[in-house]
Amino acid sequence: MPKDTLICGPVYVLEDNIDTDLLIPACYLNLVPTIPEEYRKLGSYALAGLPDSFPKFASNPDGTTPFPIVIGGRNFGCGSSREHAPIALGAAGAKAVVAESYARIFFRNSVATGEIFPLESQTRLCEAFKTGDEAEIDMTSNTLTRLADGAVFPLKPIGAVAPVIAAGGMFAYAREIGMIKK
Amino acid sequence: MTITEKILARESGASLVSPGDNIWVNAGILLTHDVCGPGTIGIFQREFGKDAKVFDPEKIVILPDHYIFTADEKAHRNVDILRAFVKEQGLPYFYDPGTERYCGVCHVALPELGHVRPGETIFGTDSHTCTHGALGAFSTGIGNTDAGFIMGTGKLLVKVPPTLRFVLDGEMPAYLSAKDLILHIIGDIGVDGATYCAMEFTGTAIEALSIEERCTICNMAVEAGAKNGIIAPDAQTLAYVKARTAKPFEPLYSDPGAQVQAEYRYDVATLEPVVARPHLPDNKALARACRDVKVDQVYIGSCTGGKLEDFVMAARIMKGRKVAVRTLLVPATRVVEQGLVDTTIDGQSLRQIFEAAGVEPIAPPSCAACLGGPIDTFGRTHGKEVVVSTTNRNFIGRMGSKESQIYLASPYTAAASALTGHITDPRDIA
Repeated sequence: MPKDTLICGPVYVLEDNIDTDLLIPACYLNLVPTIPEEYRKLGSYALAGLPDSFPKFASNPDGTTPFPIVIGGRNFGCGSSREHAPIALGAAGAKAVVAESYARIFFRNSVATGEIFPLESQTRLCEAFKTGDEAEIDMTSNTLTRLADGAVFPLKPIGAVAPVIAAGGMFAYAREIGMIKK
Repeated sequence: MTITEKILARESGASLVSPGDNIWVNAGILLTHDVCGPGTIGIFQREFGKDAKVFDPEKIVILPDHYIFTADEKAHRNVDILRAFVKEQGLPYFYDPGTERYCGVCHVALPELGHVRPGETIFGTDSHTCTHGALGAFSTGIGNTDAGFIMGTGKLLVKVPPTLRFVLDGEMPAYLSAKDLILHIIGDIGVDGATYCAMEFTGTAIEALSIEERCTICNMAVEAGAKNGIIAPDAQTLAYVKARTAKPFEPLYSDPGAQVQAEYRYDVATLEPVVARPHLPDNKALARACRDVKVDQVYIGSCTGGKLEDFVMAARIMKGRKVAVRTLLVPATRVVEQGLVDTTIDGQSLRQIFEAAGVEPIAPPSCAACLGGPIDTFGRTHGKEVVVSTTNRNFIGRMGSKESQIYLASPYTAAASALTGHITDPRDIA
């Protein structure tokens, strides 16, 4: 789990109901995330399921993404329990998703793996941003700022999973509270 | 408390739990397959050490089913990872695709094998693990990290979900199936209408459904965002389970007057066959309102629509007729595959009925094209095909091609559409 409280860079803007088949199509599920080379490959296929009208997400020559922040609408990550979905985003170099709401398993997998911060916006942002806009997330003040004009968009406090996120994922949290051995 | 709350309370050692509580819950069964098993094992070994032992070999079930009949080398490598782990750990419940033990689709096989017992908890590395609530278990899908955690500890941190109660009463009309019921519900509440919630299904129409049809309903709870779907066990459930396992179990039931977040009521007698149009499962339309949609391919299979009764429904429609479009049949498991031979309608086996109707050669059991998969997967779409499918998701690219259009439907509607070549209300040709 990245410990930065500031995440800065261009945003990649999506819409409602971004499903796990868009995030990582099933033909790439033969890759095993715990094998380092395949982890990196998953990153290069992040959001490869999007229609071709969308710009490529992992567009850097090394298979990573220039977009550390993904903006979505409602029900982000719906569908499969494939942990490959948040892993693909994280492996591509994305740091956070900011969406209006999340599908349960995607949110859980994001927290458990520590691959990305699944942040919730208080208002709809899909139309307030366009792909490439520079933005900054401040996790201390729970805000997302559009750097071009300084517009500030409030984020919801992270809530009950905050201790798991602060610890750095499910295993780190369980060790911290003595659930499993350090 | 509701049935969901009571199971979670018992398995966490608490006398009372409430929605929103975060509790450590014991895992009754951990289910995994070839797509998420290797990653789960990787996490288990990374976090607990190379020499670590699983929490309880009796409680881990591994049913490879996703990428079985493919030349993809990594898919084969992944099954080899499972084999090595099973051998090293001495796991008794591994259903190896290379052997007679191979079953097929995990969510149809798990109850067939007697691994689903009322009142227990099941965690599986597949979102459709919610299927098993149909037998009165708490059953939910999880990721590899949580599964790796369970593998080592036998426990998982779970937030107790609030319950949405769906009361379905009335007599089922002819040619309406459980698939229509759940597509109606998802269409009404939306793909995030049950996010983080338990969906509890009850009422006389649910009681009248077979176990397989109840599985179809709970299977798609995740398509409304639910954590679990659940149906109280009854005499039919207990008979089904006891015929398949000698292990003891203790069913639980919702208290009368248990608090729920919302209640929805349906009179199923008023419902008609529906489809979910591209590209979301809540994009509901009456089948008869989609007559203009020309179909290229019909697919009958998966954990949702590849059970024996699904094929019986399809055969009732196809008997003595010819399909007009490419029709693909994938029985979910070996048991279903055998059922196609053993089950007859007027003296003809289901297999004979389908072959006489001109379907493509029936594929061996697996998840096949339900989720696209490797390029050589049976039934995978490669172009702009319009597909009527008994599966569970119609997302863009779900069956392979980003350009194909998937309409989710019941086996009756899928079979009727196969005969006419356009989306067809089964009552129109029955």
